Amino acid sequence: MTAMSVVGAGAPVKVCVRGLDFFYGDSQALKAISLPLHTNKATAIIGPSGCGKSTLLRVLNRMYDLYPKQRAAGEVMLDGENILSPDVDVNLLRSRVGMVFQKPTPFPMSVYDNIAFGIKLYEKVSKSELDGRVEQALRGAALWDEVRDKLHASGLSLSGGQQQRLCIARTVAIHPEVILFDEPCSSLDPISTSKIEELIDELCERYTIAIVTHNMQQAARVSDFTAFMYLGELVEFGGTDHVFTSPTQKKTQDYITGRFG
Amino acid sequence: MASGLDDHRKGAVVSDMVSDAARPPVAEIERSRILARFAVFDFCFRNLTRAAAIAVLVILGGVILSLVYGSLPAIRAYGFGFLTSQAWNPVTDNFGAAAPVYGTVMTSAIAMLVAVPVGIGIAIFLTELCPYPLRRPIGAAIELLAGIPSIIYGIWGLFVLAPFLQQHVEPILIAACGDIPVLSTLFAGPPYGIGVLTAGSILAIMVLPFIASISRDVFETVPPMLKEAAFGIGCTTWEVMRNVVIPHTRVGVLGGVMLGLGRALGETMAVTFVIGNAHKIAGSLLAPGTTISATIANEFTEAVGDLYTSALIELGLILFLITFIVLACARFMLMRVERRSGG
Repeated sequence: MTAMSVVGAGAPVKVCVRGLDFFYGDSQALKAISLPLHTNKATAIIGPSGCGKSTLLRVLNRMYDLYPKQRAAGEVMLDGENILSPDVDVNLLRSRVGMVFQKPTPFPMSVYDNIAFGIKLYEKVSKSELDGRVEQALRGAALWDEVRDKLHASGLSLSGGQQQRLCIARTVAIHPEVILFDEPCSSLDPISTSKIEELIDELCERYTIAIVTHNMQQAARVSDFTAFMYLGELVEFGGTDHVFTSPTQKKTQDYITGRFG
Repeated sequence: MASGLDDHRKGAVVSDMVSDAARPPVAEIERSRILARFAVFDFCFRNLTRAAAIAVLVILGGVILSLVYGSLPAIRAYGFGFLTSQAWNPVTDNFGAAAPVYGTVMTSAIAMLVAVPVGIGIAIFLTELCPYPLRRPIGAAIELLAGIPSIIYGIWGLFVLAPFLQQHVEPILIAACGDIPVLSTLFAGPPYGIGVLTAGSILAIMVLPFIASISRDVFETVPPMLKEAAFGIGCTTWEVMRNVVIPHTRVGVLGGVMLGLGRALGETMAVTFVIGNAHKIAGSLLAPGTTISATIANEFTEAVGDLYTSALIELGLILFLITFIVLACARFMLMRVERRSGG
């Protein structure tokens, strides 16, 4: 039985990447990547620096569109619709596919507005409903108890870990379908990291998650599926238990046992 | 130093082993000599920079003092009435600052009204929307615009812009605003070509590059990740600029605007060419007026009486105060904005 058939069983597919090539100018960063993101599951993408993990993530919400000379070829199906097609509305796409970055990126406004801002972009809501949505989002990101008394303080006044959870709350508040995490804990201390990991676990119940991480234990802890990438190619994809305990590729084994990378 | 040498000598006497251990003090002596040299250098450096900083204060204080001293005769002669009087009669030694102050404020206001939105618009276009091959040429053109000497703006304003406004723009303004209450006063009278509006327009063009290039520079300092985060929740370019980039860079943008405003308030040559140099306040922006700097530049050589000279110096003092107040207001506004957003 191959890894693919083991993991393919059961879970429906939310995002399906097929034959994806990606170029920064003339250099190719992704080579014929194909992998699924299963609905309401967390998929970890691991691999040494420069292997294209973040690039893959940035294709999933067309973030690369902001920069000239970056282009993608192939197919990325989100609920059966190819998001690489030029007539996809990227703003709408990005509201469906949220992203949390390596470093916390609170907007230069209050904690409350950081969350209300995104909601107000898409929905006309009353003040009381907005208050409710903000609270709900902050509770969802396990931040409510810490910031309930300083909702109108600047988002920048929070600690790093709180800022990152604020960013997650902000992402969750607009009810995306997929959330992309690009090394969300790389600038955080261990306590904040474990809070965020718990959060990701909870978020899986409602969202499809892709997380890029350098931390093998983190990948093992939070994900249901793991993709190992190397030099722009997908080396192995499978259930996390499977990839970590009995990888089919030698390279994967070398990487997860710390022999390189 | 002496004790180090002592140790060394002692060490040599006692044994080879100890003499090995005793060698470092010599190195330390060498090192402390070098450190002493560094300390001297550091001392000089620190005091040089301090002197440079103090020089700024001394020069500023000197300028204020000499302005106040020079304007004392006029202050004694006219008191506060100087600020409200429109009179300007060198023959009877009757002077008032109202007309030049009004002209200065009005022309600067017009300039900012036009240049701030256009300048920030240019900066947004250059940082966010402009295709890469066009960025450098447009950026360079803006910086060239800043490099044009004001005398050239002056003759261009007098021979090109003023006739153009007179023949093509002002008649339309007069006709269009004829029936609208406030605007009919602002755009009334014959189209002279030279006047407050023309001076304001020239100033707008002159301060535009400051605002545009400084705004562009500060927009470029916004971390890409912050912008991506905003795009990442589905913002359009407008929403990213309005809600994230501009709030993030407001101090820098305001700095650019203030630099522009400073230039607009003090600009002399170009304004003198096109403002008409009339010492009266007209309700219409199309009518000729004057500014503080234009008045001083025009009349300094002719100011024969002590009181005449002193009145001109007092005008200079008023310009200085206006600039100071404007800067203080800007700081204050900024502080309030910062407090409201909590940081």
